This record gives sequence, C-alpha cells and structure tokens, in this order.
Amino acid sequence: MTATLDPQSSDAADDVRVGPGWEIDIDGVTREDLAPVRRQLWLALVGLALGALMGIAQAADRADINLYDAFQLESYYQGLTLHGVALAFIFTFCFSNAFLSILGMRAYGRPLNRMLANASLYVAWLGVLLAAWAILANKATVMFTFYAPLEATPAFYFGAVFLVISTWIVFLNLVLTHRQWRAEHEHERIPLLGFVSLMTSLMWFLASLGVAIQVLGFMIPWSLGWVDEIDPQFTRILFWFTGHPIVYFWLLPVYISWYLSLPKLVGGRIYSDGLVRMVFIAFVVLIPVGIHHQFTDPGIPFTSKSVSFILTFFIFFPSTVTAFSIFASLEEGGRANGGTGLIGWIRKLPWGNPAVSGQLLAGIGFMLGGASGLINASFTVNNLVHNTAFIPGHFHLTVGTGVALSIMAICYWLVPYLTGRELWGRRIAVTQTWLWLGGVFIFSRGQMMGGIDSMPRRTQASGSNYFDAQGSTWEWANALTAVGGTVMFVSALLFFMVVIGTVANPIAVTGRQEIPIAEVVHGPRRSWAILDDIKIWAAIAVVLTVVVYGEVIWHYGGLNNVSGGFRVW
Amino acid sequence: MEIDRYERWFMIATFTFIIGAALALMISVVGHHASLAESAGTINPEDVRTTAPFDAPGLHPSTDPDHDYDLVIIAQTWSWTPEEMVVPVGANVRILATSVDVVHGLKLKDTNANVMVIPGQISEVRDVHFDEAGTYWLFCHEYCGIQHHNMAARVIAE
Ligand code: HEM
Ligand SMILES: [Cu+2]
Ligand SMILES: [Cu+2]
Repeated sequence: MTATLDPQSSDAADDVRVGPGWEIDIDGVTREDLAPVRRQLWLALVGLALGALMGIAQAADRADINLYDAFQLESYYQGLTLHGVALAFIFTFCFSNAFLSILGMRAYGRPLNRMLANASLYVAWLGVLLAAWAILANKATVMFTFYAPLEATPAFYFGAVFLVISTWIVFLNLVLTHRQWRAEHEHERIPLLGFVSLMTSLMWFLASLGVAIQVLGFMIPWSLGWVDEIDPQFTRILFWFTGHPIVYFWLLPVYISWYLSLPKLVGGRIYSDGLVRMVFIAFVVLIPVGIHHQFTDPGIPFTSKSVSFILTFFIFFPSTVTAFSIFASLEEGGRANGGTGLIGWIRKLPWGNPAVSGQLLAGIGFMLGGASGLINASFTVNNLVHNTAFIPGHFHLTVGTGVALSIMAICYWLVPYLTGRELWGRRIAVTQTWLWLGGVFIFSRGQMMGGIDSMPRRTQASGSNYFDAQGSTWEWANALTAVGGTVMFVSALLFFMVVIGTVANPIAVTGRQEIPIAEVVHGPRRSWAILDDIKIWAAIAVVLTVVVYGEVIWHYGGLNNVSGGFRVW
Repeated sequence: MEIDRYERWFMIATFTFIIGAALALMISVVGHHASLAESAGTINPEDVRTTAPFDAPGLHPSTDPDHDYDLVIIAQTWSWTPEEMVVPVGANVRILATSVDVVHGLKLKDTNANVMVIPGQISEVRDVHFDEAGTYWLFCHEYCGIQHHNMAARVIAE
C-alpha cells in the first residue's frame, strides 16, 4: 500500500502543487507531515545561501576586492561570523532535522509526531532569527566559536540554544516513534535505517550537553550581567567537548546516505548490516576526544592531551571501514551495469545522475580531507598547522565538500520527493557537482600552502599590514583561495538555480516517489543482536566521557574567573 | 557475525596503522623537544603588567635551568609587547606569554612555536631555536577583534 497525496486534502496555506500521480513510499504520511520536513530543508538552504554569499566575499578579499560595502556589512569579521554560523549551525542542523525526520518516517513506516515536527521547525526559526539579528546588527562579531571573553549580545547565545533545542526535539520525536514501533515488534531487530538515524540523534544529544552547559551555565548569565567574570580556558573546554562531535553530527546524516542510499542509486547493495551498525556505535562511543582541538591550549595538561590524541586516532577506524564498504557497494553497482576490469566499473557508475555524481565527488573530497585531518590530529605535527589557513583548507574538504556537496546531491532527489516537482536542469546539476570539487581543490590547495607557511586563519588579508612582506607563497595562497572560492560560489549559484527551477517546475513527478534505500547482502540475522542494545552503547559513551573529561576537569581544578566582557569589533 | 575476509584484512591493516602512527607520534612527543604548548601557571589579566616576569617583557636570562633565555611576551588588542625582539642565533629559548584582554594566538613563523594565549593562563613553549640569522615573524592567529590582521611582531636572530 502506498500513501497518495491527494491534492483535494491540501490546505490552502501549503502552496505545493501536487500532480495527479504523486505518491510516496511511506504509509500514512500526509502532506501535513511532509510540510515541516520540507520547511526545515528550506531553512537549511537559507543557511547555505547566506554562507555562500559570505564565502564569495571572503574569497574576493584575498584578491583585494571589497564586497562588504555592497552587502552593507561593517567588517570582514562580521561576514565571517555569519559564514560560520550559517554553515556550521543553520545549514547542517536544519538539514539533519529534515533528513533524519524523513528517514525516521521511512524506517518505521509511519509519520512522526506532527506537533513535535512543527515545534522543531519553529524553534529552529526562532534560533535563526535571534542569531541572524545579533550578527547583522554587528552585536555578535565573535565567530561561530564565540570564545570568551569576546562578549556577544545575549540574543546570539539564545539563538544558538534554540538551534540546538530544535535538534533535541527531532531526537525526542525519533525516540517516541521508535518506542511505538518497538511495542508492536517486540522481538524484531531495529530496522537498519531507524538504527542509524536514532544513533546519530543520540550521539548528538549526548555531545551537545557540553555546549549546553557552557552557554546556559556560563555565557548567558555572563552576557546578561548576572555574573561579572568568566573563565576563558574552562569555557573553551566545554565548547570543544561539543566542538569535536559536532563534526560527527554534520557527517553522520551523510554517512547514512553513503551507506544506505548511494548503493541503491548506483544499483548495488549494502555490504553488511552489522558493520554499518558498528560504525555508528563507534561514533557514539568516540564522543569525548574534543581535547585534540586544544593541543596548543596552555591550561590543559600533557596527560589529557595524550589520552585524547590516542583516542582520536581510533576515529580513523570507522572511517576506513566506511570507505571499504562503500567501495564494495559501488563496485557491485558498477559491475552490474556492465563494468569490467580493476577500475573499469567506475566508468559504468551512473555519473549522469547528479545525486550520484555529487555524492561520489564529495566522497573523493572527503578522503583528502580525512587524510589532512590526520595531520591536525597528530599532537606534534599539529604545531605546524594549528589555527593557520591549513585548517580551513582541511575542513572545506570535509564539511565543506564531503558534507555540503553530498547534501546538495541528496537535494536532487529529496526536493522532488518533498515537493512533487520533477527535477529541473539535470545537466546543470551534474556540472555543478564537478565545479564544486574542482573549486574546492584549488581553494584548499591555496589555504593549505599558506597555512604550512604560517598564514593565520580568520584574518582579513586585504587589510593586513604584514601580508605583503611574506613573499610569493602567501601571494599564491591568496590567489588560489580567491579563484577556487569563486568557482565554488558559481557552483553554489547553479545549485540554487536547479533547486528553484525544480520547485517552480510545471512538470509534476510521475508515479511513486521512493527514498532510495538499498538492500543488504549480509542481513541483520547474521549480525550480533547486542549491537541493537542502544542503552548499553549510550552507557559506555557516558562512562568513557566521565573518565576522560573527569581527568581533564580534575587536573584543571577550580574555575579561574578572571575576565569581564570585551566588544572589540 | 559475518565479516568478509578482505574486509577483515583491511580492518587489521587499519588498526596496525593506527597503533604504529600513534606510537611514532608518542615517541616524537616524549623523546624530542617538540616545543609543545605548556602551562606555566595562572595569572590575573589585570595584574599582568606588574607581575614578574611580565613586568619586564623581552629577552632575559632564563630562570629555568634547561634554557638559555626566556622570551617574555604580552598579547593585547592589537599588538605584542615587545614588537621587536633580538635573540642570539642557536640559543635555547623558552617563550612565556599571556594576554591582558581577549584570547590571542602566538605563531612564530619558521619555528615550531604555536600556542594559544588565553587570559588567566600563562603559556609556555620550551626549546625554541632560531637556527639561522634573520627575521622571524610572530603572528596572532586567533581572531581577537577588528584589527586582528594587524597584530604581528618580529624576532630578529643575530
Ligand atoms: C562558496 C563557497 C565557500 C567559500 C568561497 C568559502 C570561503 C571561506 C574562507 C576564505 C574561509 C576562511 C576565512 C578566514 O579564515 O579568514 C572560510 C571559513 C569557513 N568556512 Fe567557508 N567557504 C565556502 C563554503 C563553505 C561551506 C559549504 C562550509 C560548510 C558547510 C563552510 C564552512 C566554513 C567554516 C566553518 C569556516 C570557519 C569560519 C571561522 O573561522 O570562524 N564554508 N570559508
Ligand atoms: Cu575534532
Ligand atoms: Cu588576533
């Protein structure tokens, strides 16, 4: 049975034109259930658009071209704060909210609680409006990391809180839906798709508690003037407790797509049910490694840094396992399409489908990003690159491409699925995915060569009085950053052209719309049942966190509240 | 549970790599002078300019037996004190730095020194060497306000 989205049943406020044959693959899901999902996705894309606009301004700055006056912004740093917040929080969080919700519906074969879905959407909007107002009024030029004692207006911190709460509401919704399903299927294995969606949400819930304590317990009381002084070092520890696993939260929705959805799109299967579950468990267990962002912080002892450094290396493990499994799925698909030889199957993958080309190219970017991440993670080598331009070079390959380009690619099936409009501009979309990868390669190459030559990050190159004295490596670094960033921006424009073209497409989709989810070769019956025991894994994560961060806080001792607030922008 | 033979080998290889890399790095941490960021205690930002050693920023004979000199540096929006420092080529130098206001970052080009400068904390970098005569740029690499891009100093080795 499929759910027909009957145009008659639509409320007037919901302005999507539904074609006669538009059906989706989840029982009982109505237009009203899809609406909050779709609107979360639009909010995510608002974040991406804002971020891309700021991105081109940052790239242009490297070529001494000032776009900030045109955008009516006060400074490079105001724009960079917006870039970080729009992309690292708004775009990624709202996409996760939308994507995990629709996957949850599909996994458990029912709609999620509609009231909670709408609540999550409104809370996210509230967060976006507060944060955007604070930043655009130039009252929060503190970067997305908001290190004390830089002091933003309270609205900025409240905005961040509401954005996080919107993700918690989705977690709650998934848990409730899971329990409903569990009551009906007492002895069954959790559907793989449900398991990974739930684990992603659970991981982030646990991980976000650090920043929740930081913001609610320290930043907000301090910015409201209830307390006069704050401990800059300790609030950094809380921030980075969340700041590391936040990257899992950016990445795991995309891992879900690579593992479960991409194989279907290329005509392959998921390799092993148990392995996928293990990988997601690993990310839950490996939450407490945030100290590796603080290798150069003075107030954290050597022992804590060493522990974090060793644990960090184990993150490499689930990621290489992922690479192996996904390559296996891809190869199966490529060979099924008639590909032969050691690498001949690669050419036979459906590169003409932008949802495929985007995710494959994102994967290539991500592999390079992951490799450069090993450099940052290496305690001693990190000294070479910490806080230099190398870091943006690294993470535009990981979150800026592995994640962002995959999300764009997912939109190429998700937008038609959620709007009932046929994809418009397929070739433009394919071109867009290649442009992004080409652009980011040039961009990251520039940022990395600058960083290795000590070029600091978060620095307005055009205004600096020392950039010109640094020689040709820096000049090349800036030129490549400017050119690569411009190519990425053009690619983003094409992406939005395709999305708008699709939403406005007079041609409706035909037939039943399906979320692409592949079959499994080695199914759940052959994987350990204990993998499904979510409570055990959550408990292990909590215990490991208490041990690792207990040691950090024990060594740290009491609070060192020494700083009033500074507004120096 | 079913794990493919190739996959198993792949996992073992990855695991071995991780352990090997971690060991190699631990050796580089423990056995060599890697100029890692360390703590030399806490300080109230308001008292920095009147508390030793920050009451006299610049180069001094070291109070630490392993070093020839201490290079004492204060970070403030948006400059370093001192803005120009002279050190002898080849000397074993310890850097001590702190901030009187917001978070800054100290990156000394062409050396291994890279440390956050956080109000309330005294940052220490051990075993810094200037092997060749010339100018070594010192940048602030953490956003510290509207003039962050103009916060640089120079160390002259001669
Ligand atoms: C049009 C495409 C883009 C361009 C041209 C661009 C450009 C840049 C540049 C030049 C910087 C470094 C600024 C500096 O250190 O002074 C930067 C920082 C950053 N970018 Fe992008 N970017 C783009 C897309 C993205 C995407 C898709 C993401 C993530 C989803 C992203 C996330 C970030 C983050 C988190 C920062 C760090 C901000 C900070 O230091 O506070 N960017 N970007
Ligand atoms: Cu991390
Ligand atoms: Cu600075």
